[in-house]
Amino acid sequence: MSSRIPLPYPRKVLELFKNPKNLGRMEDANASAVAGSLACGDMIAIYLKIDEGKNIVEKASFESYGCAANIAAASIMTEMIKGKRLRDAWNISWKEITEALGGLPSVKYHCGVLAVGALRRAIRAYFKDKNLPKWLPEELTHEEKHALEEEKLMELLYRKNDSGKV
Amino acid sequence: MDMLDKGTEDLLEEHGKPRREVYLDSENSGLIFPEALDEMVKYYLELGYGHPSITHKVGWEAYEALIKVSKLLSSFIGCKPDEIHYLHSGTEANNVAILGLAKAYKGRRKILVSSIEHLSVIYPAESLRNFGFKVVKIPVDGEGFLDLDAFSSLIDSDTLLVSVGLVNHEIGTIQDVKGIVEIVKDKDEQILFHSDASDALGKLKFNLSDLGVDLATFSSHKVYGPKGAAALYIREGVKVEPILFGQLSTQRLWPGVENIPAIAGFGKAVEIMYNNFDKFHSKLKTFRDRLIDGIFENVDHVFLNGPKGEKRAPDNVNISFLYCEGEAITVELSLRGIYVSSGSACTSRILQPSHVLIAIGRKYEAAHGSILMKVAPMHSIEDVNYVLSQLPQAINRLRSISPLKP
Ligand SMILES: Cc1ncc(COP(=O)(O)O)c(C=O)c1O
Repeated sequence: MSSRIPLPYPRKVLELFKNPKNLGRMEDANASAVAGSLACGDMIAIYLKIDEGKNIVEKASFESYGCAANIAAASIMTEMIKGKRLRDAWNISWKEITEALGGLPSVKYHCGVLAVGALRRAIRAYFKDKNLPKWLPEELTHEEKHALEEEKLMELLYRKNDSGKV
Repeated sequence: MDMLDKGTEDLLEEHGKPRREVYLDSENSGLIFPEALDEMVKYYLELGYGHPSITHKVGWEAYEALIKVSKLLSSFIGCKPDEIHYLHSGTEANNVAILGLAKAYKGRRKILVSSIEHLSVIYPAESLRNFGFKVVKIPVDGEGFLDLDAFSSLIDSDTLLVSVGLVNHEIGTIQDVKGIVEIVKDKDEQILFHSDASDALGKLKFNLSDLGVDLATFSSHKVYGPKGAAALYIREGVKVEPILFGQLSTQRLWPGVENIPAIAGFGKAVEIMYNNFDKFHSKLKTFRDRLIDGIFENVDHVFLNGPKGEKRAPDNVNISFLYCEGEAITVELSLRGIYVSSGSACTSRILQPSHVLIAIGRKYEAAHGSILMKVAPMHSIEDVNYVLSQLPQAINRLRSISPLKP
């Protein structure tokens, strides 16, 4: 086994892992996005139902392939953005997610970052054929870049280790 | 906030106590045979609790305990009692073997280790790169067997040491160590051969002089003995320089006070394993195959890692579940009272897949969802059935959370 460090999760992580809130694909979503990849071992899909008149997140849900912290981070984030103005949802930080979970071991911070990355991608996608609001930066934010880098890194690793078999 | 200083009381309260518990993680450590623990208590409280180098009754009792275990161990594994050297752990034994040989033998500079060795073999070997050594990993096939053609071509006049484990800790491959030693010694008698046999002890019958290895590692807790004791077999005449130094000890390679209770418990555990060998061996194989077959019957998109049948360690079940992540499986099963480990450790931005699974050619997504279970003599058929009743539901639940669908 590879080297490990202890991962004493806060109870909230286990609580949400057992009973995730807002789990599942949303059929009537009008914005969605995925971040991460199968090969990385963590991946989050975010679905949003946005009230087009008010620019408010009516509903949010998620799916996650990843560790318990990954599932909990995505789940709590969907709770946190429900009913929020899009602009406030955009500004949720991975630190706030980590805090809402009761803290995470530092090696799991990236789970919160990936959740925010997926959310911002979804919001960006929502504005694809619309006028970009002023609060939405044209440049990719750190969290979106993180997701992109993770996906790219894995591609590189794959090429290096292309062993063909499953 | 770092959680490390907060403790886990809260977490354990949330986890709760499952209605049945089955511990399948003896790869990483586990239960001790109660008789081995009794033996330890005896050497803590009744006799031999002193230092085996001192000339008084308690010292002599301690020395006698040591000699007794060496005689016993050597009778089971086919060596002489004084070819056995005690150390604190399998990790330490592997380090002492590799670093100690590198110190003792000047001149040759190449070390060959199989690509699926335990990291306590790979890392000390690699640490020698800073001292001018060349370390080459020997490739293996899809089931973990050494690629003998590639291996032969790697052996040359600069080769000091070859290290190939007898039983792989993760995928259970039983290597033809005797045949591999012959290849080496046919080419060059002087090349030394080390085999980490930690996962073979007690679970296979073998004879060290018949295998022809020069050094071999054994770890106590891998045979349901206490943690913190190990043995390194060094064939008479082979030189290993100490890497640890200190005050008086009967053990040239282990300075300081010998852990007599742990060594006594280790001896007892080995004795139990070999005195019950046939019974345990067939029980483990039955449980192993029932688990493997049961999982294949009831769960889709799974792969067995390692070989099937007689060339697989009797206790090893290693299965990859596609569309699930390994750590999540360990947590989900834990909530159901089933304790297993995963080959992947999600402790970085990218999940680190096990080097063993990557070496046998598993793709990352198959490596990520791998679960290692080890059946043990303490298990009952009810334990195995309980696991089979829970596992499909556990995997289904995680797959239902995942955006990736088969
Ligand atoms: C093959 C092998 N070698 C070495 C070790 C390390 O032994 P220890 O835990 O006593 O350091 C282990 C332990 O899991 C092992 O499986």
